[in-house]
Amino acid sequence: MDEIATGLVRAIELILAIDPTVVEITARSLAIAVTSTVIATLLTVPLGGLIHFHNFRGKRAAVNIIQTLYSLPTVTVGLLVFLLLSRSGPLGNLGLLFTPGGMVIGQTILIAPIMTGLTIAALSGVGPQVRDSAISLGATKVQAIFTIMREARAAMLAAVLLGFGRALSEVGVAMMIGGNIRGYTRVLTTAIALETSRGDIEFSMALGIILVSISLIVNLLVNRVQGNWWA
Amino acid sequence: MKGRYLGISSLALILALLCTAAAAAEDEASPGQKERLRISTTTSLYDTKLLDEMEDIFEDMYDVEVHTVSGGTGIAIERAERGDADLILVHDVVRERKFIEEGYGLSRTCFAYNYFIIVGPEDDPAGVKGMNASEAMKTIMEAGMEKPDLVKFVSRGDDSGTHAREKLLWDRAGLDYDEVSSSGEWYVEAGQGMGPTLLMTNEMEGYTLCDTSTFAAYKGDLDLVPHIESDDFLLNIYVAIPVSPAVYPDVNCEMAMNFVNFLVSEDGQDLIAEYGTDTYGQPLFNPARGNCDLIGCSGDECALPLTEDACSQASA
Repeated sequence: MDEIATGLVRAIELILAIDPTVVEITARSLAIAVTSTVIATLLTVPLGGLIHFHNFRGKRAAVNIIQTLYSLPTVTVGLLVFLLLSRSGPLGNLGLLFTPGGMVIGQTILIAPIMTGLTIAALSGVGPQVRDSAISLGATKVQAIFTIMREARAAMLAAVLLGFGRALSEVGVAMMIGGNIRGYTRVLTTAIALETSRGDIEFSMALGIILVSISLIVNLLVNRVQGNWWA
Repeated sequence: MKGRYLGISSLALILALLCTAAAAAEDEASPGQKERLRISTTTSLYDTKLLDEMEDIFEDMYDVEVHTVSGGTGIAIERAERGDADLILVHDVVRERKFIEEGYGLSRTCFAYNYFIIVGPEDDPAGVKGMNASEAMKTIMEAGMEKPDLVKFVSRGDDSGTHAREKLLWDRAGLDYDEVSSSGEWYVEAGQGMGPTLLMTNEMEGYTLCDTSTFAAYKGDLDLVPHIESDDFLLNIYVAIPVSPAVYPDVNCEMAMNFVNFLVSEDGQDLIAEYGTDTYGQPLFNPARGNCDLIGCSGDECALPLTEDACSQASA
């Protein structure tokens, strides 16, 4: 009990004192997760739209596969990307293993399915009457698509924020692809794992508090976005 | 009106995020342009934070980014064999020689040593105090099979140098490792580095094989005490091996050489000899300098700087 109490006090001291290492690790975590999320957004929103607005054979199966990949284990993605990026792997000459760039690739793959799936769900949530009335008011097909996307923007933003939350809090890819290199690929989650194993509980707790706070903010945003914020 | 306000503010938010990302990407990119040395190290040098300190000094000396990843000796060697490291710091003489024989490693340089010890709960439930190491291991096994609730042995179980030594100890006790490791719940495989394994052993009130340096660094958090600590067979030697450019032409062989030479320089050896005195009240590692005979490293392996042209010779 004592350990937790003293740890908590020290952790808060570390945060309030703006400990440079804490700031550096937090900034890196955010930067890598934001980059992954931006890239994933650019890939998955059009992809989700493409799947939603087109009817093709196997559409249902495609959506099912995407939904199954929601719970893609982070260590499996880590293993896959590790094999691709390792020097003796097919993309080895890019030299991306144990770099932030490699982590971004891994996290993008990790969060792409959930963001694609939720984009499709968001677009499906817009009633057919929106499309019908847009077209009856003289909109072209492209204009109708934009109208539907406008209607679905809140749910789509929620998808992006969920992807960001998963990228930020995952540890498998960060550890296996990043390698937890001090000052280079060490992020909140891997630092917590390391410092706990090194016995520096206060530092771990400080990082843990920050991680939980960020997750909380993201969650509040998701809730607001899904609620009446955009109404 | 409200819609427009929200639209503008969300646009601002997205822009802010993009700027953060761009700024951060720039941040991350600049060290990438610097020369880079990738070290694959065994956990004891890392968990004790000795490497953190050496890294900082070396980075200033050569204006280079040192990127260290840690894992057991087995993993550390595996990474280098895949071409994902320029230099390995390990401690398992059998696999070190194999690594060099197979052409992956250039040369073996001994730079530090310590001892293995068997640590366990203070009340010593298996009663091993005063035995030699392999007798003690056998006794722990017998007691563990009899009373698995009271006596446990926590193995690294991660193919590390310490794990290799543990297997040798079972072998010296006349036991087959596979039989030992599957003989009951008294035998626990942690699958983690030395530090986490010590913390786990402490939680379980078990015994484990550990190096003196990691134990000294973690002692403050532990109720475990050393039971076996004076056995010539328990000597543990740390070795640096640059990866050969003959196998992976783009390894940073020159910088790996520089790091090895820094390890065995007067300054490097002094640092190893003193490291830990401030924090733990005792030095954690012994420098190899002057102790070559004791640690059984041959003349050209022991604390000698490497010649500059070794890299170009290897790649020729």
